[in-house]
Amino acid sequence: MQHSKTADTLVGLFVAAGIAALFFLGLQVSNLGDWFEDEGYSVTARFQNSGGLKPRAVVSIAGVRIGRVTSIRYDSDTFQSVVTMRIDRRYDRIPDDTSASILTAGLLGEQYIGLDPGGSLDYLSDGSEIEITQSAMVLEKLISQFLFDKASGTQSTPSATAAPSTTPPHTEPLEAPHEE
Amino acid sequence: MLIDTFQLLGAATLKAFAKLGRGTFFLGHALCGTGEVLWRPRLIVNQVYFVGVLTFLIIAISGLFVGMVLALQGYYILSDFGAEEMLGVMVAAALVRELGPVVTALLFAGRAGSALTAEIGLMKATEQLSGMEMMAVDPVKRIIAPRFLAGFLVMPLLAGLFSAIGILGGHLVGVGLVGVDAGAYWSQMQASIDFQDDIVNGVIKSVVFGFVTTWIALFEGYDAIPTSEGVSRATTRTVVNSAFAILGLDFILTALMFGEN
Repeated sequence: MQHSKTADTLVGLFVAAGIAALFFLGLQVSNLGDWFEDEGYSVTARFQNSGGLKPRAVVSIAGVRIGRVTSIRYDSDTFQSVVTMRIDRRYDRIPDDTSASILTAGLLGEQYIGLDPGGSLDYLSDGSEIEITQSAMVLEKLISQFLFDKASGTQSTPSATAAPSTTPPHTEPLEAPHEE
Repeated sequence: MLIDTFQLLGAATLKAFAKLGRGTFFLGHALCGTGEVLWRPRLIVNQVYFVGVLTFLIIAISGLFVGMVLALQGYYILSDFGAEEMLGVMVAAALVRELGPVVTALLFAGRAGSALTAEIGLMKATEQLSGMEMMAVDPVKRIIAPRFLAGFLVMPLLAGLFSAIGILGGHLVGVGLVGVDAGAYWSQMQASIDFQDDIVNGVIKSVVFGFVTTWIALFEGYDAIPTSEGVSRATTRTVVNSAFAILGLDFILTALMFGEN
């Protein structure tokens, strides 16, 4: 090695750049930054159906992320899903009559918990439970509900847009009376 | 006639096993030497320069272009589904999980592995290794162990640089050229890429590839027939065998790491 000093400097720069790249991947690209966030407090909520909600899903209030779901378990006594979420300590003024609903980010996005603050003067604290909850929407149920509504709607106003046929198509009467 | 065929097959099998055995002994010998080398860091620094710093440029340029191409292709596909916001996730997951470790290891085998094989093979051909033995210096400890350690240390750094530069290249094309929102690019990435599952597994992959590639390169050089032709064949075998080992191991590691999800 003739240019030992230069080589040493380059090796030093290379190793520093490599370690910096790994730090960049850890902190900027992945969720490692979350590990350093303050511990916060735990709140539970019971849902009839927690749908596709997963641990680490976002808990948001007014569109701002305030915490994450830590665990989801099934309560075999009440047949409900018990969702535990951890909320950052700095958001400690959430009224205790706040309602929680499971929402979907966009049409294909992940499910998250949206909180709607109530008007109470008492605040949620560690271990408290959110009483008012709204379950996840299950797409199949929504679609079947929509189809039932549509079927019953066409029967009640038969001459809306279609050609004035006296007998409706034979698939509809099967479902429509059930809905009425 | 038929006996000859079986004889050839048997000879080839025995040769392959004998080579595997020599390789394993060689690996054990080199690993025994690494402890002593740690007391002479100058040897390792020199090898990190040859194996790492000189490989950095090709890694950086490849990483940049791979990230840019991923962003462009990903954008064309994702925009069909109206999911351009997921571009950051796609680029980062592809790079950190697969392309970073694998492409880096393939480039490393081509750039650094072949150089190591040629160097050691020529040392053997010019009887430098025998000369060392004559002076009661163990060539495996003095020559092989520092190179082994350097290759092993450098690979995760190179793979990390490849992925980081690729993600920045994806940002360059995704945000700068085709107009994905910069906030969405980073926040979706942070929400979806898991440190334990993605980053750590990618680093483990790159360490394994670095180990295997350096082992193959050094052993092929050490085991080369000491002629010009023998060294040239050994260099070719290094690149080919490393590529097979990297791609095969990548499949196994992926199946083990990401199998449960």
